[in-house]
Amino acid sequence: MAMEKTALLALLEQKFPHDVEAAFTDLGDEVVIIQKEALIPVVKFLYGKPHEYTLLLDITCVDYLGQEPRFEMVYHLLSLAQNKRLRLKTRLSEKELRIASLTELWKNANWLEREVYDLFGVEFEGHPDLRRIFMYDGFEGHPLRKDYPLRKRQPRIRLRE
Amino acid sequence: MGPSHPAMHGTIRIMLELDGERILNSEVEVGYLHRGFEKTCEHRTYFNLLPYTDRLNYVSPLINNLGYVMTMEKLMGVEVPERAQYIRVIMSELSRISDHLTCLAAMAMECGAFTVFLYKMKAREFIWDVIEQTTGARMTTSYIRVGGVRADLHPDFDTVLKKAVTETRQVLKDVHGLLDKNKIFLNRTRDIASISAEDAINFGWTGPCLRSAGVYYDVRKAHPYLVYDRLHFEVPLGERGDNYDRYMVRMKEMEQSLRIVEQAAVRIPRTPGAVMADGIEPAEAIRASRTQRVRERIKLSPNLEGSEKVVVKGILARKPGCAVPPKEDTYTSIEGLIRHFKFFMRGHGIRPPKGEVYFAVEGGNGELGFYIVSDGSDKPYRLHLRAPCFHIVSALEFLIRGRYVADVIPTFGSMNMIGGELDR
Amino acid sequence: MPGRRELSSGIDKRVKMPEEKTLRRPPAEFITTQLNYVLGWARKFSLFHYPFVTACCGMEYMSAACAHFDIDRFGAGWTRFSPRQSDMLLVVGTVTQKLAPVLKTVYDQMTEPKWVIAFGTCAVSGGIYDNYAVVQGIDAIIPVDVYIPGCPPRPETVLDGLLKLQEKIQHQDQEWRWKRRRS
Repeated sequence: MAMEKTALLALLEQKFPHDVEAAFTDLGDEVVIIQKEALIPVVKFLYGKPHEYTLLLDITCVDYLGQEPRFEMVYHLLSLAQNKRLRLKTRLSEKELRIASLTELWKNANWLEREVYDLFGVEFEGHPDLRRIFMYDGFEGHPLRKDYPLRKRQPRIRLRE
Repeated sequence: MGPSHPAMHGTIRIMLELDGERILNSEVEVGYLHRGFEKTCEHRTYFNLLPYTDRLNYVSPLINNLGYVMTMEKLMGVEVPERAQYIRVIMSELSRISDHLTCLAAMAMECGAFTVFLYKMKAREFIWDVIEQTTGARMTTSYIRVGGVRADLHPDFDTVLKKAVTETRQVLKDVHGLLDKNKIFLNRTRDIASISAEDAINFGWTGPCLRSAGVYYDVRKAHPYLVYDRLHFEVPLGERGDNYDRYMVRMKEMEQSLRIVEQAAVRIPRTPGAVMADGIEPAEAIRASRTQRVRERIKLSPNLEGSEKVVVKGILARKPGCAVPPKEDTYTSIEGLIRHFKFFMRGHGIRPPKGEVYFAVEGGNGELGFYIVSDGSDKPYRLHLRAPCFHIVSALEFLIRGRYVADVIPTFGSMNMIGGELDR
Repeated sequence: MPGRRELSSGIDKRVKMPEEKTLRRPPAEFITTQLNYVLGWARKFSLFHYPFVTACCGMEYMSAACAHFDIDRFGAGWTRFSPRQSDMLLVVGTVTQKLAPVLKTVYDQMTEPKWVIAFGTCAVSGGIYDNYAVVQGIDAIIPVDVYIPGCPPRPETVLDGLLKLQEKIQHQDQEWRWKRRRS
């Protein structure tokens, strides 16, 4: 894991000294680990000029069962002007499974956050319509968590045999 | 418009609030094909989950294979031989052509142009013939492996490819003649569901839909991978981001893909000395080795059954632990046997170093990204797919507001929603 | 002889009464057997199918339905996109738990006589997806007549399955209005 810092990472560390926990380059990807309260300020800073990370590629979550804090939110951003990608990571603990929503900045955050809520149970503050997207209403549990068994069946209608 | 509807795109439910024929509000419900891809992959080894990746964007399966495999290669630091890179480019462009053919065929059929559907299916059959001859399967191939490709090109590849390219060109010409200036088609697609560039970027669109709005972003040009930087091709752009532009961008992209395929087929490096001297069949070698030491060359077909070392050198990287060793080594030396055995054994096999990686390729719908978190074992800790059409379909509610019910069909058709990718 | 029917149920087949061994069939049965045959022939060559397409097998379904491998030459060409107008339900691709009630509704909306083909291993048995989200085979929801395995099945396999269904239709007891259907 190469620990060189590019100009952007150095700038971020300078501007948000308390919130940025780590900023490094990993296999060619730029990665920034921040505190969860600083998500909106950092993202707004990156959205504006001259960086212009205006395309939200992805929001996802990883469940590190056994570690505390257990969940890690991963955001991928793309800057069309500079042609660069950035990965933002922040940790959430199981008791405080809440984070600010990005729906004001990006419209596709709506569905992406619904997906993370459905599969992991993370709640997004400020989301206009937080409900399940992949599983049907009435499904119990959050499937992609590590403690949900793979083969647990929850049939929606009564099955024969 | 329920999950099972005449548009043969996949299962999605669109609930519409209507005022006569006009749509006031809509709600799109997805997830009817959520097959638990990401969770299943956490329980399979890296090699075993390759067939699951085929079934994501099932109209262009080789591109999904490619995305996953290139992500693994980035994580493990594997260099792929040049011939394999060219083969990968040819296969992925053929897949892209078949993706666009299917999308536009279905879109045209729903607008009423049934002939276009049949013509494009005919062209797709020729392309699938090419793919089947080399990989063994028409659709879900699992051909592109970590370190290279599964088998070398078939000896008759050039003939079949030429036929497929000619037929596809003819079909494209026919379809241009049928639909481009067709009044009915124009009425149904021109200025319907147009989107501005800022809105498209805000929605996270990538791929042909974003390019139809005028934004120049193609992963093959922006972050070139494989040998795309050595091939000459253009990236068509649209202006208004309406249905007609999405159709035209896809048609033009198919022509550019044919151009790439032709260039790659000419520039592909030939494998040196693949013609074999007399050898013995593998079963004979095994039988003979039980009684005596056998040091003769094994004779195998160059395509699909198992290849000689000299052919494998051109198509598969030799880094230990990432690919199956050639059969000559497996059958005649103990090291080859051990490597072969360890590759498939549970707990061993492909074991990338601990870490995480994100890599994206240009899929049929846009930026197809894989995010893999590895904990050093032989199974991925987390595998996430950045599905391009997830973002495109999330804008459907925005696009059809205020339109007629009949406009939903070409709009939805031009978005190329593929259920396997959308719902994972 | 085509359309030869066995003696109906209700008779204990283990014990053959001496009178039954020499039972002569009444002449009217010849007519109904021939009618049965003709009805079976008509039904098998005019199958209107409803393609319940979900996933990857849909691509092979499209290939099987189009010019190269035509199912129209077997009489099953016309796709009726309404369950009330079709008599064969072609379940193509994976059926998830979320989609199961929809499939049941579609099946219930179809009118008799109806047949179901499970197309592809995901419809037959859940396929490679053995997890929380997928129904392990649609025969857990609706009765199935022909199973076509393959991931995805080649169009020739599909045509073979269709021919098997046609054989089944020909030889099954065609429904009459005055008889109750024995399932």
